[in-house]
Amino acid sequence: MAETIIFQSKPARPAPNRTEGLLPWIKLNLFGTWQSALSTVIIGALLVLYVPQFLNWAIFTSTTSTNADACRAAGVGACWGAVVEKYRLIIFGRYPFEEQWRPLVATLIMLTMLVVSCIRYFWSKWLVLGWTVTLAAYFILMYGSLFGYLDVFGLSKVTTDRWGGLPLTIMLSTLSIMLAFPLAVVVALGRRSHLPAIRSLCTVYVELIRGVPLISVLFMASFMFPLFMPQGVTIDTLLRVLVGITLFAAAYMAEVVRGGLQSLPKGQTEAAASIGLSYWQTQRKIILPQALATVIPGIMNNFISIFKDTSLVTIVSLYELTGSHGLAFNSDADWRPFKLEGYLFIVAIYFVFCFAMSRYSLWIEAQVNKSKLR
Amino acid sequence: MAVASRTPPKKRDWSWRSQAFRGLLYQILAVAVIGGAVWFLAHNTVENMRVRGIKSGFDFLFQPAGFDIGEPLFGYDSNNPYWKAFLVGVGNTLRVAIIGIILTTILGTLIGVGRFSRNGLVRGLCYAYVEFFRNIPVLLQLLMWYLLFTELLPDISEAKQVGSVFLSKGGLTYPAPVWVSGHAWMFAGLIAALVAVWFYRRWAHRQFEATGKQPGTFWGSVAVILLLTVGGWFIGGSPTEMRVPVKGEFAVEGGASFTPEFLAVLFGLTLYTAAFVAEVVRSGIASVPRGQSEAAQAIGLSRGQEMQKVLLPQALRVIIPPMTNQYLNLTKNSSLAVAIGYPDVVSISNTALNQTGRAVECIAIIMLVYLTTSLSTSFFMNWYNAKSAIKER
Repeated sequence: MAETIIFQSKPARPAPNRTEGLLPWIKLNLFGTWQSALSTVIIGALLVLYVPQFLNWAIFTSTTSTNADACRAAGVGACWGAVVEKYRLIIFGRYPFEEQWRPLVATLIMLTMLVVSCIRYFWSKWLVLGWTVTLAAYFILMYGSLFGYLDVFGLSKVTTDRWGGLPLTIMLSTLSIMLAFPLAVVVALGRRSHLPAIRSLCTVYVELIRGVPLISVLFMASFMFPLFMPQGVTIDTLLRVLVGITLFAAAYMAEVVRGGLQSLPKGQTEAAASIGLSYWQTQRKIILPQALATVIPGIMNNFISIFKDTSLVTIVSLYELTGSHGLAFNSDADWRPFKLEGYLFIVAIYFVFCFAMSRYSLWIEAQVNKSKLR
Repeated sequence: MAVASRTPPKKRDWSWRSQAFRGLLYQILAVAVIGGAVWFLAHNTVENMRVRGIKSGFDFLFQPAGFDIGEPLFGYDSNNPYWKAFLVGVGNTLRVAIIGIILTTILGTLIGVGRFSRNGLVRGLCYAYVEFFRNIPVLLQLLMWYLLFTELLPDISEAKQVGSVFLSKGGLTYPAPVWVSGHAWMFAGLIAALVAVWFYRRWAHRQFEATGKQPGTFWGSVAVILLLTVGGWFIGGSPTEMRVPVKGEFAVEGGASFTPEFLAVLFGLTLYTAAFVAEVVRSGIASVPRGQSEAAQAIGLSRGQEMQKVLLPQALRVIIPPMTNQYLNLTKNSSLAVAIGYPDVVSISNTALNQTGRAVECIAIIMLVYLTTSLSTSFFMNWYNAKSAIKER
């Protein structure tokens, strides 16, 4: 007979360590290994040392007094009064002071339209109409009339050399990206064309522009463009710079679009050919709708970099945000020592715009990839 | 079986319905339109220059430049011809670009790898760094660094001192060896050592292929380099004379120095580009499948070994093409130096343009310099990329 087995209970295993909640997170992420603990201690010490100093300067001992002498007093930290005093000049540049409601309204309209264009619900053909109206309204408000016509609103004329600040930054980047887009699509198609002459023309254009810095293109627009024009024809500096930035942006965007075109399987073109579509029908109905959807995030990145690059037009003396900062501080001996506060102000503006756009770009990338996840 | 008797239609059929014919026509049209536009612009330019009395041609390059340059790499004064001024500019551009590329690679890689750290604080800081620095225009960053180096630092007479290194509004002054011919022997030794190490490593690699045993080469290489370099230094008569900067009453005298302009450009470009390099490195590492990392842990590699031996070599293939772009961007962005007066090639062309009025020639020189740099860098990186690509049968 088999030996009787007597049931003996084993002690219960200990409950698993908690992995959620604050304390386990700290234990895992800050003191996981001795190296990790060491870096935590070093970084923590540096933060404890410098963050209070910075906060002290930026907030606790700062002043918003618009009296430059109050800012110079001992023990005073950041002088935000410089920004309070100069913010109109920084944001609107040399635009006539009493008329500054016009760039404000124009920019708000344009920003609203930009935000609307980013929302999926509004993606329809009406956007084209919306943008036409927006641009017309922008130029009527800023210039006083549309190409010299339509000055029925009784607005005084403000020439483009007085435009500046944030309205100029937003307008330059938005308009140059819009104008660059069709050019970029054509050039990208051209670079994949079977026709050698067209292919090499497009390749030379893209490589030439991508090989030189934007500043040389702007120099060209500013110094050489007047020589290019026939006798007696002069073109506005702003327009010349806009053309320069557009040509520059188009070369970079063409590469993004070409990436999208290349990502499509060859079968798409072959299928289109087999049902008898012509080249342009194939591109318009089959290739471009698919390719352009995949390159939207890339184009968004183009937009961000052009938004930042518009700061370079300062060098050819157009006073956009960076330039108008110089305008506000460089020649004013009272406020010149507080240039840094002014810089931090425009840094904040640029950061808000670019960060928002890069978040949006991530979101839209997720949207685009959704369709591929099936 | 019936053989198809109809021959396919001739491909080159010179009618409107032939694709070949239309293709040819389109190309001729495109070339004609572009050629016409270029001719029109060139014609206008020549006409305008004639009317306004602007001279053209590159003969001005041999006239004396008549302006001084803040920090020439080699002997230059205002009596020298323009071409020498341009050469100084190109040298300055290359100097800031090369040092910037080296620093930005190191910093960017550290930050990109830091995004995968097990320490939450390190991860967070690296993320914050990337988001902050890449969302602010590089020109603005350059201007801010310039402000820091020229106005917020102490005056020269109250320079901050660490050892024999001085930092003030006048720039960064540091001790440098006095150049004597003995140093040539040291460099000869160093070059000989590098050649020797190359052969040594090749031998080690062959050994590995043949026997499967990997001889450690690191300490051997270090020993060879140290030995030959120090040996060369002794042969050269062991020169030890240094130019040590000393704080005088009004200025820091002696030593070698970096100007505030150079430092501002270098800091601005390096920190801005490092944010992008970090993203490139991060996405490269993220592109390596997770199984690789788990396998590395399974065979007991430490986190550092895992990164160095498993993840980075595989990530490198994804990293190299966008990294090339970042290097080129840094080089092109160095042209922004014109905004703060660092004498790079754009800045000098700009001065020359204002003095001589030869806009076409000066801008052509800028474009030529950057095109040459860009194209040669892409050729080199393409070669390197082809070398490091996966060898497939």
